[in-house]
Amino acid sequence: MNLELKDIPGQLVLALQPISEIKGNILSVVHHHDERTPRGTIPVHVLFELNKEKLDELIEQLEKNGVLVARVGEKRLHEEMSVMLIGHIVHTDIRDTIDAVDSTGCAEIVDLALSMPGIEQVSSAFMIIHASTKENLMSALDILHKTADEKGLLMIEPIKNAI
Amino acid sequence: MKDIKISIIGFGDVGQGVVQVLSQKQQTLEKLGVNIKVVAIVDSRSSLVNADGIDLEKAVQVKRDTGIVGKAGSTTAEIIKNTDHDLVVEVTPTDINTGEPGLTNILTAIENGKHVVTSNKGPFARNYAKLMKAAKDHGVILRYEATVGGAMPIINLIQENLAGNTIERIDGILNGTCNYILTRMGEETLDYQHALLEAQELGIAEADPTYDVMGIDAACKLVILANTAYNNNAIFDDVSITGITKITPQALELADKNGYAVRLICEVSEQVLSVAPKLVPKKHPLAVGGTLNIATIHTDLSKMVTISGIGAGSIETASVILSDIIHISTGYLTHTL
Repeated sequence: MNLELKDIPGQLVLALQPISEIKGNILSVVHHHDERTPRGTIPVHVLFELNKEKLDELIEQLEKNGVLVARVGEKRLHEEMSVMLIGHIVHTDIRDTIDAVDSTGCAEIVDLALSMPGIEQVSSAFMIIHASTKENLMSALDILHKTADEKGLLMIEPIKNAI
Repeated sequence: MKDIKISIIGFGDVGQGVVQVLSQKQQTLEKLGVNIKVVAIVDSRSSLVNADGIDLEKAVQVKRDTGIVGKAGSTTAEIIKNTDHDLVVEVTPTDINTGEPGLTNILTAIENGKHVVTSNKGPFARNYAKLMKAAKDHGVILRYEATVGGAMPIINLIQENLAGNTIERIDGILNGTCNYILTRMGEETLDYQHALLEAQELGIAEADPTYDVMGIDAACKLVILANTAYNNNAIFDDVSITGITKITPQALELADKNGYAVRLICEVSEQVLSVAPKLVPKKHPLAVGGTLNIATIHTDLSKMVTISGIGAGSIETASVILSDIIHISTGYLTHTL
Protein backbone atom coordinates (compact mmCIF):
# COMPACT_ATOMS: atom_id res chain seq x y z
CA MET A 1 0.00 0.00 0.00
CA ASN A 2 1.33 3.43 -0.91
CA LEU A 3 0.41 6.14 1.58
CA GLU A 4 1.05 9.88 1.72
CA LEU A 5 1.75 11.59 5.03
CA LYS A 6 1.61 15.22 6.00
CA ASP A 7 5.05 16.71 6.68
CA ILE A 8 4.48 17.18 10.42
CA PRO A 9 5.64 14.96 13.35
CA GLY A 10 3.63 11.91 14.49
CA GLN A 11 2.19 11.04 11.09
CA LEU A 12 3.85 7.62 10.69
CA VAL A 13 2.18 6.33 13.86
CA LEU A 14 -1.19 7.47 12.51
CA ALA A 15 -0.49 5.43 9.38
CA LEU A 16 0.71 2.21 11.04
CA GLN A 17 -1.44 2.01 14.15
CA PRO A 18 -4.68 1.25 12.27
CA ILE A 19 -2.99 -1.64 10.49
CA SER A 20 -1.88 -3.35 13.70
CA GLU A 21 -5.17 -2.51 15.44
CA ILE A 22 -7.14 -4.62 12.98
CA LYS A 23 -4.60 -7.45 13.30
CA GLY A 24 -2.66 -6.79 10.11
CA ASN A 25 0.87 -8.19 9.99
CA ILE A 26 3.32 -5.49 8.85
CA LEU A 27 6.16 -6.97 6.81
CA SER A 28 8.04 -3.87 5.66
CA VAL A 29 7.83 -0.09 5.88
CA VAL A 30 9.80 2.25 3.63
CA HIS A 31 9.55 5.89 4.67
CA HIS A 32 10.74 8.19 1.87
CA HIS A 33 11.87 11.11 4.07
CA ASP A 34 13.65 13.02 1.35
CA GLU A 35 10.96 12.79 -1.29
CA ARG A 36 7.93 15.01 -1.67
CA THR A 37 4.89 14.37 -3.80
CA PRO A 38 3.58 17.29 -5.93
CA ARG A 39 1.08 17.73 -3.08
CA GLY A 40 3.95 18.27 -0.61
CA THR A 41 3.25 15.03 1.25
CA ILE A 42 5.79 12.31 2.12
CA PRO A 43 5.35 8.96 0.36
CA VAL A 44 5.41 5.81 2.51
CA HIS A 45 5.33 2.27 1.19
CA VAL A 46 3.87 -0.34 3.55
CA LEU A 47 3.73 -4.08 2.94
CA PHE A 48 1.44 -6.06 5.20
CA GLU A 49 -0.77 -9.14 5.48
CA LEU A 50 -4.42 -8.62 6.27
CA ASN A 51 -7.70 -10.45 6.16
CA LYS A 52 -9.21 -9.19 2.88
CA GLU A 53 -12.61 -8.31 4.36
CA LYS A 54 -10.97 -5.76 6.63
CA LEU A 55 -9.38 -3.73 3.84
CA ASP A 56 -12.21 -1.21 3.46
CA GLU A 57 -12.36 -0.68 7.20
CA LEU A 58 -8.62 -0.01 7.22
CA ILE A 59 -8.77 2.53 4.40
CA GLU A 60 -11.60 4.35 6.14
CA GLN A 61 -9.63 4.55 9.40
CA LEU A 62 -6.47 5.73 7.63
CA GLU A 63 -8.37 8.53 5.91
CA LYS A 64 -9.95 9.51 9.23
CA ASN A 65 -6.37 9.87 10.55
CA GLY A 66 -5.56 12.23 7.69
CA VAL A 67 -3.43 9.71 5.83
CA LEU A 68 -3.93 9.66 2.07
CA VAL A 69 -4.17 6.19 0.56
CA ALA A 70 -2.58 6.59 -2.88
CA ARG A 71 -2.52 3.02 -4.11
CA VAL A 72 -3.54 -0.44 -2.91
CA GLY A 73 -1.79 -3.37 -4.55
CA GLU A 74 -2.89 -6.84 -3.76
CA LYS A 75 -0.96 -10.05 -3.99
CA ARG A 76 -3.07 -12.72 -2.54
CA LEU A 77 -0.72 -15.68 -2.72
CA HIS A 78 2.89 -14.96 -1.86
CA GLU A 79 4.15 -18.26 -0.50
CA GLU A 80 5.57 -20.61 -3.12
CA MET A 81 6.71 -24.20 -3.18
CA SER A 82 7.66 -26.75 -5.81
CA VAL A 83 6.66 -30.40 -5.53
CA MET A 84 6.92 -33.45 -7.75
CA LEU A 85 4.62 -36.38 -8.24
CA ILE A 86 5.70 -39.69 -9.75
CA GLY A 87 3.27 -42.45 -10.79
CA HIS A 88 0.20 -42.90 -12.95
CA ILE A 89 -0.67 -39.24 -12.63
CA VAL A 90 -2.82 -38.87 -15.71
CA HIS A 91 -4.68 -42.17 -15.32
CA THR A 92 -5.53 -41.28 -11.74
CA ASP A 93 -7.25 -38.07 -12.90
CA ILE A 94 -4.84 -35.17 -12.73
CA ARG A 95 -7.76 -32.69 -12.79
CA ASP A 96 -8.98 -34.14 -9.50
CA THR A 97 -5.47 -33.94 -8.00
CA ILE A 98 -5.21 -30.26 -8.92
CA ASP A 99 -8.74 -29.56 -7.66
CA ALA A 100 -7.86 -31.07 -4.29
CA VAL A 101 -5.42 -28.21 -3.77
CA ASP A 102 -7.26 -25.43 -5.61
CA SER A 103 -10.54 -26.13 -3.80
CA THR A 104 -8.95 -25.09 -0.50
CA GLY A 105 -9.37 -21.49 -1.68
CA CYS A 106 -6.12 -20.39 -0.06
CA ALA A 107 -3.67 -22.28 -2.28
CA GLU A 108 -3.39 -22.90 -6.01
CA ILE A 109 -1.32 -24.95 -8.37
CA VAL A 110 0.02 -22.22 -10.66
CA ASP A 111 2.39 -24.19 -12.86
CA LEU A 112 2.51 -27.79 -13.99
CA ALA A 113 5.04 -29.59 -16.17
CA LEU A 114 4.42 -33.20 -17.17
CA SER A 115 6.71 -35.89 -18.48
CA MET A 116 4.92 -38.88 -20.00
CA PRO A 117 7.47 -41.30 -21.45
CA GLY A 118 4.98 -43.96 -22.67
CA ILE A 119 1.43 -45.19 -22.27
CA GLU A 120 2.14 -47.98 -19.80
CA GLN A 121 5.00 -46.17 -18.08
CA VAL A 122 4.75 -43.94 -15.04
CA SER A 123 4.72 -40.20 -15.58
CA SER A 124 6.14 -37.35 -13.52
CA ALA A 125 4.73 -33.94 -12.74
CA PHE A 126 6.57 -30.90 -11.45
CA MET A 127 4.21 -28.37 -9.95
CA ILE A 128 4.45 -25.00 -8.28
CA ILE A 129 1.96 -24.22 -5.53
CA HIS A 130 1.18 -20.71 -4.35
CA ALA A 131 -0.54 -19.98 -1.06
CA SER A 132 -1.47 -16.94 0.99
CA THR A 133 0.42 -17.95 4.13
CA LYS A 134 2.93 -20.58 5.25
CA GLU A 135 0.19 -22.36 7.21
CA ASN A 136 -2.03 -22.51 4.15
CA LEU A 137 0.87 -23.79 2.08
CA MET A 138 1.48 -26.54 4.61
CA SER A 139 -2.16 -27.55 4.71
CA ALA A 140 -2.27 -27.58 0.89
CA LEU A 141 0.76 -29.83 0.98
CA ASP A 142 -0.95 -32.15 3.46
CA ILE A 143 -3.98 -32.37 1.18
CA LEU A 144 -1.79 -33.11 -1.81
CA HIS A 145 0.05 -35.74 0.22
CA LYS A 146 -3.19 -37.45 1.14
CA THR A 147 -4.43 -37.36 -2.45
CA ALA A 148 -1.10 -38.76 -3.68
CA ASP A 149 -1.20 -41.56 -1.10
CA GLU A 150 -4.74 -42.50 -2.09
CA LYS A 151 -3.73 -42.66 -5.74
CA GLY A 152 -0.48 -44.53 -5.10
CA LEU A 153 1.66 -41.61 -6.32
CA LEU A 154 5.08 -40.79 -4.88
CA MET A 155 5.26 -37.19 -3.78
CA ILE A 156 8.63 -35.47 -3.51
CA GLU A 157 8.80 -32.28 -1.48
CA PRO A 158 11.66 -29.81 -1.31
CA ILE A 159 13.97 -29.88 1.70
CA LYS A 160 13.15 -27.35 4.41
CA ASN A 161 14.27 -23.72 3.96
CA ALA A 162 15.88 -24.49 0.62
CA ILE A 163 18.05 -21.52 -0.30
CA MET B 1 53.22 -45.70 28.35
CA LYS B 2 50.41 -48.02 29.30
CA ASP B 3 49.12 -50.90 27.22
CA ILE B 4 45.49 -50.74 26.22
CA LYS B 5 44.34 -54.27 25.56
CA ILE B 6 41.56 -54.67 23.06
CA SER B 7 39.51 -57.45 21.47
CA ILE B 8 38.06 -57.30 17.98
CA ILE B 9 34.70 -59.05 17.62
CA GLY B 10 33.92 -59.55 13.93
CA PHE B 11 36.71 -59.99 11.42
CA GLY B 12 35.20 -59.04 8.07
CA ASP B 13 36.08 -55.95 6.04
CA VAL B 14 35.79 -53.52 8.95
CA GLY B 15 37.55 -55.76 11.49
CA GLN B 16 40.44 -56.27 9.10
CA GLY B 17 40.45 -52.55 8.35
CA VAL B 18 40.84 -51.84 12.09
CA VAL B 19 43.82 -54.22 12.26
CA GLN B 20 45.34 -52.53 9.23
CA VAL B 21 45.07 -48.98 10.62
CA LEU B 22 46.38 -50.12 14.02
CA SER B 23 49.51 -51.51 12.32
CA GLN B 24 49.87 -48.52 10.03
CA LYS B 25 49.47 -45.95 12.82
CA GLN B 26 51.72 -47.48 15.44
CA GLN B 27 54.08 -44.48 15.47
CA THR B 28 51.21 -42.00 15.71
CA LEU B 29 49.81 -43.97 18.64
CA GLU B 30 53.22 -44.04 20.35
CA LYS B 31 53.42 -40.27 20.07
CA LEU B 32 50.04 -40.07 21.80
CA GLY B 33 51.38 -42.28 24.58
CA VAL B 34 49.05 -45.13 23.73
CA ASN B 35 50.15 -48.69 23.06
CA ILE B 36 47.24 -50.66 21.70
CA LYS B 37 47.60 -54.39 21.99
CA VAL B 38 45.06 -56.68 20.31
CA VAL B 39 44.66 -59.69 22.62
CA ALA B 40 41.66 -61.39 21.01
CA ILE B 41 40.06 -61.61 17.57
CA VAL B 42 36.75 -63.36 17.07
CA ASP B 43 34.98 -64.14 13.79
CA SER B 44 31.68 -65.93 13.22
CA ARG B 45 33.23 -69.38 13.43
CA SER B 46 36.45 -69.16 15.43
CA SER B 47 38.64 -67.12 17.77
CA LEU B 48 42.26 -66.27 18.44
CA VAL B 49 43.56 -65.20 21.85
CA ASN B 50 47.07 -64.15 22.86
CA ALA B 51 47.60 -62.27 26.10
CA ASP B 52 50.95 -60.94 24.85
CA GLY B 53 49.41 -59.40 21.74
CA ILE B 54 48.36 -61.03 18.48
CA ASP B 55 50.62 -60.90 15.43
CA LEU B 56 48.16 -58.85 13.36
CA GLU B 57 49.68 -59.41 9.93
CA LYS B 58 49.65 -63.14 10.46
CA ALA B 59 46.06 -63.10 11.69
CA VAL B 60 44.90 -61.35 8.51
CA GLN B 61 46.86 -63.80 6.38
CA VAL B 62 45.35 -66.82 8.15
CA LYS B 63 41.86 -65.35 7.78
CA ARG B 64 42.42 -64.80 4.05
CA ASP B 65 43.88 -68.26 3.47
CA THR B 66 41.52 -70.36 5.55
CA GLY B 67 38.41 -68.20 5.95
CA ILE B 68 38.71 -68.34 9.74
CA VAL B 69 41.04 -66.53 12.12
CA GLY B 70 41.72 -69.19 14.76
CA LYS B 71 40.27 -72.16 16.57
CA ALA B 72 36.62 -73.06 17.00
CA GLY B 73 35.26 -73.93 20.43
CA SER B 74 34.90 -70.72 22.43
CA THR B 75 31.85 -68.48 22.32
CA THR B 76 32.18 -64.72 21.91
CA ALA B 77 30.76 -64.22 25.40
CA GLU B 78 33.42 -66.52 26.86
CA ILE B 79 36.20 -64.63 25.12
CA ILE B 80 34.84 -61.26 26.31
CA LYS B 81 34.46 -62.55 29.90
CA ASN B 82 37.61 -64.60 30.24
CA THR B 83 40.21 -62.54 28.39
CA ASP B 84 41.94 -59.82 30.37
CA HIS B 85 41.35 -56.65 28.33
CA ASP B 86 40.07 -53.06 28.52
CA LEU B 87 38.10 -52.43 25.38
CA VAL B 88 35.94 -54.37 22.92
CA VAL B 89 35.74 -53.35 19.25
CA GLU B 90 32.38 -54.70 18.06
CA VAL B 91 32.28 -54.88 14.25
CA THR B 92 29.97 -57.79 13.44
CA PRO B 93 27.44 -57.47 10.57
CA THR B 94 24.33 -55.33 11.11
CA ASP B 95 20.91 -56.88 11.71
CA ILE B 96 18.41 -54.07 12.13
CA ASN B 97 15.53 -56.32 13.21
CA THR B 98 17.15 -58.22 16.07
CA GLY B 99 20.30 -56.16 16.59
CA GLU B 100 22.17 -59.43 17.01
CA PRO B 101 24.83 -60.62 17.47
CA GLY B 102 26.07 -57.10 18.21
CA LEU B 103 23.49 -56.32 20.89
CA THR B 104 24.46 -59.29 23.08
CA ASN B 105 28.16 -58.74 22.41
CA ILE B 106 28.01 -55.09 23.45
CA LEU B 107 25.92 -55.79 26.56
CA THR B 108 28.23 -58.65 27.57
CA ALA B 109 31.24 -56.37 27.16
CA ILE B 110 29.62 -53.57 29.18
CA GLU B 111 28.50 -55.93 31.95
CA ASN B 112 32.06 -57.20 32.20
CA GLY B 113 33.43 -53.69 32.60
CA LYS B 114 34.88 -53.26 29.11
CA HIS B 115 34.67 -50.06 27.13
CA VAL B 116 33.10 -50.54 23.70
CA VAL B 117 33.73 -49.03 20.26
CA THR B 118 31.41 -50.17 17.48
CA SER B 119 30.47 -49.60 13.85
CA ASN B 120 27.39 -51.79 14.17
CA LYS B 121 24.10 -49.89 13.69
CA GLY B 122 21.81 -52.85 14.39
CA PRO B 123 22.07 -52.84 18.20
CA PHE B 124 21.06 -49.15 18.32
CA ALA B 125 17.98 -49.40 16.09
CA ARG B 126 15.67 -50.22 19.02
CA ASN B 127 17.97 -50.24 22.05
CA TYR B 128 19.96 -46.99 22.12
CA ALA B 129 18.66 -45.97 25.54
CA LYS B 130 19.17 -49.44 27.02
CA LEU B 131 22.78 -49.60 25.79
CA MET B 132 23.65 -46.13 27.05
CA LYS B 133 22.12 -46.83 30.44
CA ALA B 134 24.02 -50.12 30.73
CA ALA B 135 27.30 -48.33 29.92
CA LYS B 136 26.56 -45.63 32.49
CA ASP B 137 25.57 -48.14 35.16
CA HIS B 138 28.80 -50.07 34.69
CA GLY B 139 31.02 -47.01 34.45
CA VAL B 140 32.29 -47.74 30.94
CA ILE B 141 32.32 -45.74 27.72
CA LEU B 142 30.38 -46.80 24.61
CA ARG B 143 31.38 -44.96 21.44
CA TYR B 144 29.74 -45.42 18.05
CA GLU B 145 31.01 -42.75 15.64
CA ALA B 146 31.45 -45.40 12.91
CA THR B 147 27.74 -46.27 12.89
CA VAL B 148 26.77 -43.07 11.03
CA GLY B 149 28.27 -41.53 7.92
CA GLY B 150 31.44 -43.62 7.59
CA ALA B 151 34.47 -41.33 7.93
CA MET B 152 32.33 -38.24 8.57
CA PRO B 153 32.66 -37.47 12.31
CA ILE B 154 29.12 -36.30 12.94
CA ILE B 155 28.52 -37.94 16.35
CA ASN B 156 31.58 -36.24 17.83
CA LEU B 157 30.53 -32.99 16.20
CA ILE B 158 27.13 -33.12 17.91
CA GLN B 159 28.31 -34.45 21.28
CA GLU B 160 31.49 -32.49 21.74
CA ASN B 161 32.11 -29.69 19.27
CA LEU B 162 28.55 -28.38 19.26
CA ALA B 163 27.98 -29.03 22.97
CA GLY B 164 25.82 -26.28 24.48
CA ASN B 165 23.97 -25.61 21.24
CA THR B 166 20.34 -26.56 20.89
CA ILE B 167 20.02 -28.65 17.76
CA GLU B 168 16.98 -27.52 15.83
CA ARG B 169 17.25 -29.93 12.94
CA ILE B 170 19.65 -32.15 11.04
CA ASP B 171 19.26 -32.73 7.29
CA GLY B 172 21.56 -35.16 5.65
CA ILE B 173 22.43 -37.75 3.06
CA LEU B 174 23.50 -40.83 5.01
CA ASN B 175 23.41 -43.55 2.38
CA GLY B 176 26.11 -43.44 -0.30
CA THR B 177 24.53 -46.23 -2.34
CA CYS B 178 21.27 -44.35 -2.89
CA ASN B 179 23.14 -41.15 -3.61
CA TYR B 180 25.26 -42.91 -6.21
CA ILE B 181 22.20 -44.45 -7.88
CA LEU B 182 20.29 -41.14 -7.96
CA THR B 183 23.36 -39.28 -9.24
CA ARG B 184 23.90 -41.77 -12.09
CA MET B 185 20.20 -41.89 -13.00
CA GLY B 186 20.22 -38.11 -13.30
CA GLU B 187 23.51 -37.76 -15.16
CA GLU B 188 23.00 -40.48 -17.76
CA THR B 189 19.22 -40.87 -17.84
CA LEU B 190 19.64 -44.47 -16.63
CA ASP B 191 16.61 -46.23 -15.24
CA TYR B 192 16.69 -47.35 -11.64
CA GLN B 193 17.42 -51.02 -12.35
CA HIS B 194 20.33 -50.16 -14.60
CA ALA B 195 21.91 -47.73 -12.14
CA LEU B 196 21.50 -50.33 -9.37
CA LEU B 197 23.26 -53.00 -11.46
CA GLU B 198 26.08 -50.56 -12.15
CA ALA B 199 26.42 -49.83 -8.43
CA GLN B 200 26.46 -53.55 -7.66
CA GLU B 201 29.17 -54.17 -10.25
CA LEU B 202 31.31 -51.46 -8.66
CA GLY B 203 30.77 -52.91 -5.19
CA ILE B 204 28.88 -49.79 -4.08
CA ALA B 205 25.60 -51.67 -3.66
CA GLU B 206 25.30 -55.06 -2.02
CA ALA B 207 23.90 -58.15 -3.75
CA ASP B 208 20.73 -57.63 -1.70
CA PRO B 209 20.29 -53.85 -1.91
CA THR B 210 17.04 -53.79 0.13
CA TYR B 211 18.51 -52.13 3.25
CA ASP B 212 19.97 -49.34 1.16
CA VAL B 213 17.38 -48.56 -1.52
CA MET B 214 14.33 -48.91 0.74
CA GLY B 215 15.83 -46.31 3.09
CA ILE B 216 16.22 -48.78 5.99
CA ASP B 217 19.96 -48.22 6.43
CA ALA B 218 19.49 -44.45 6.39
CA ALA B 219 16.60 -44.70 8.87
CA CYS B 220 18.74 -46.67 11.30
CA LYS B 221 21.48 -44.02 11.14
CA LEU B 222 18.85 -41.35 11.62
CA VAL B 223 17.67 -43.07 14.83
CA ILE B 224 21.23 -42.93 16.16
CA LEU B 225 21.51 -39.22 15.25
CA ALA B 226 18.15 -38.47 16.88
CA ASN B 227 19.18 -40.17 20.11
CA THR B 228 22.55 -38.43 20.04
CA ALA B 229 21.05 -35.00 19.47
CA TYR B 230 17.88 -35.27 21.57
CA ASN B 231 18.34 -38.24 23.92
CA ASN B 232 14.73 -39.01 22.99
CA ASN B 233 14.68 -42.83 23.01
CA ALA B 234 13.73 -42.78 19.31
CA ILE B 235 13.55 -46.22 17.74
CA PHE B 236 13.62 -47.45 14.17
CA ASP B 237 9.84 -47.95 14.09
CA ASP B 238 9.29 -44.20 14.71
CA VAL B 239 10.84 -43.23 11.38
CA SER B 240 8.68 -42.47 8.35
CA ILE B 241 10.53 -44.14 5.47
CA THR B 242 10.23 -43.76 1.68
CA GLY B 243 12.85 -45.42 -0.52
CA ILE B 244 14.13 -44.51 -3.99
CA THR B 245 12.84 -47.46 -6.02
CA LYS B 246 9.93 -45.54 -7.59
CA ILE B 247 12.06 -42.72 -8.95
CA THR B 248 12.35 -42.52 -12.71
CA PRO B 249 14.99 -40.86 -14.91
CA GLN B 250 12.21 -38.74 -16.44
CA ALA B 251 11.35 -37.39 -13.00
CA LEU B 252 15.00 -36.51 -12.39
CA GLU B 253 15.17 -34.79 -15.77
CA LEU B 254 12.08 -32.76 -14.97
CA ALA B 255 13.47 -31.78 -11.58
CA ASP B 256 16.78 -30.84 -13.19
CA LYS B 257 15.03 -28.55 -15.71
CA ASN B 258 13.47 -26.74 -12.77
CA GLY B 259 16.77 -26.33 -10.92
CA TYR B 260 16.54 -29.26 -8.52
CA ALA B 261 18.31 -32.54 -7.83
CA VAL B 262 16.51 -35.41 -6.09
CA ARG B 263 18.32 -36.90 -3.10
CA LEU B 264 17.37 -39.36 -0.35
CA ILE B 265 17.26 -36.97 2.59
CA CYS B 266 17.19 -37.82 6.27
CA GLU B 267 15.47 -35.22 8.39
CA VAL B 268 15.83 -35.30 12.17
CA SER B 269 14.21 -32.91 14.62
CA GLU B 270 12.29 -33.30 17.85
CA GLN B 271 9.07 -33.53 15.82
CA VAL B 272 10.18 -35.21 12.60
CA LEU B 273 12.05 -38.43 11.85
CA SER B 274 11.88 -38.98 8.13
CA VAL B 275 13.80 -40.58 5.30
CA ALA B 276 12.43 -39.66 1.88
CA PRO B 277 13.51 -38.49 -1.54
CA LYS B 278 13.40 -34.68 -1.56
CA LEU B 279 13.93 -31.90 -4.06
CA VAL B 280 17.26 -30.20 -3.33
CA PRO B 281 18.12 -26.96 -5.17
CA LYS B 282 21.16 -27.69 -7.33
CA LYS B 283 23.19 -24.95 -5.63
CA HIS B 284 22.33 -26.17 -2.12
CA PRO B 285 25.24 -27.70 -0.13
CA LEU B 286 23.31 -30.97 0.19
CA ALA B 287 23.15 -31.50 -3.57
CA VAL B 288 26.29 -33.66 -3.55
CA GLY B 289 26.92 -36.37 -6.13
CA GLY B 290 28.40 -39.88 -5.99
CA THR B 291 28.77 -41.88 -2.80
CA LEU B 292 29.46 -38.92 -0.51
CA ASN B 293 27.65 -38.52 2.79
CA ILE B 294 26.78 -35.06 4.03
CA ALA B 295 24.78 -33.47 6.83
CA THR B 296 23.77 -29.97 7.84
CA ILE B 297 23.17 -29.40 11.53
CA HIS B 298 20.92 -26.42 12.27
CA THR B 299 21.58 -25.03 15.75
CA ASP B 300 20.56 -21.99 17.76
CA LEU B 301 24.03 -20.60 18.47
CA SER B 302 26.32 -21.91 15.73
CA LYS B 303 23.49 -21.65 13.13
CA MET B 304 24.30 -23.99 10.23
CA VAL B 305 27.24 -26.40 10.31
CA THR B 306 27.71 -28.70 7.32
CA ILE B 307 29.96 -31.75 7.32
CA SER B 308 30.74 -34.12 4.50
CA GLY B 309 32.86 -37.23 4.02
CA ILE B 310 33.24 -40.67 2.54
CA GLY B 311 30.34 -42.76 3.80
CA ALA B 312 31.69 -46.28 3.47
CA GLY B 313 34.82 -48.40 2.99
CA SER B 314 36.78 -50.50 5.43
CA ILE B 315 39.71 -48.10 6.01
CA GLU B 316 37.45 -45.02 6.21
CA THR B 317 35.23 -46.77 8.76
CA ALA B 318 38.26 -48.09 10.64
CA SER B 319 39.62 -44.52 10.80
CA VAL B 320 36.77 -43.36 13.04
CA ILE B 321 36.93 -46.58 15.09
CA LEU B 322 40.59 -45.75 15.68
CA SER B 323 39.64 -42.23 16.70
CA ASP B 324 37.11 -43.61 19.21
CA ILE B 325 39.71 -46.06 20.57
CA ILE B 326 42.23 -43.22 20.98
CA HIS B 327 39.61 -41.04 22.66
CA ILE B 328 38.84 -43.73 25.23
CA SER B 329 42.51 -44.71 25.67
CA THR B 330 43.78 -41.20 26.31
CA GLY B 331 40.88 -40.48 28.69
CA TYR B 332 41.53 -43.80 30.38
CA LEU B 333 45.21 -42.91 30.86
CA THR B 334 44.40 -39.52 32.34
CA HIS B 335 41.98 -41.09 34.78
CA THR B 336 44.08 -44.03 35.89
CA LEU B 337 47.60 -42.59 35.98
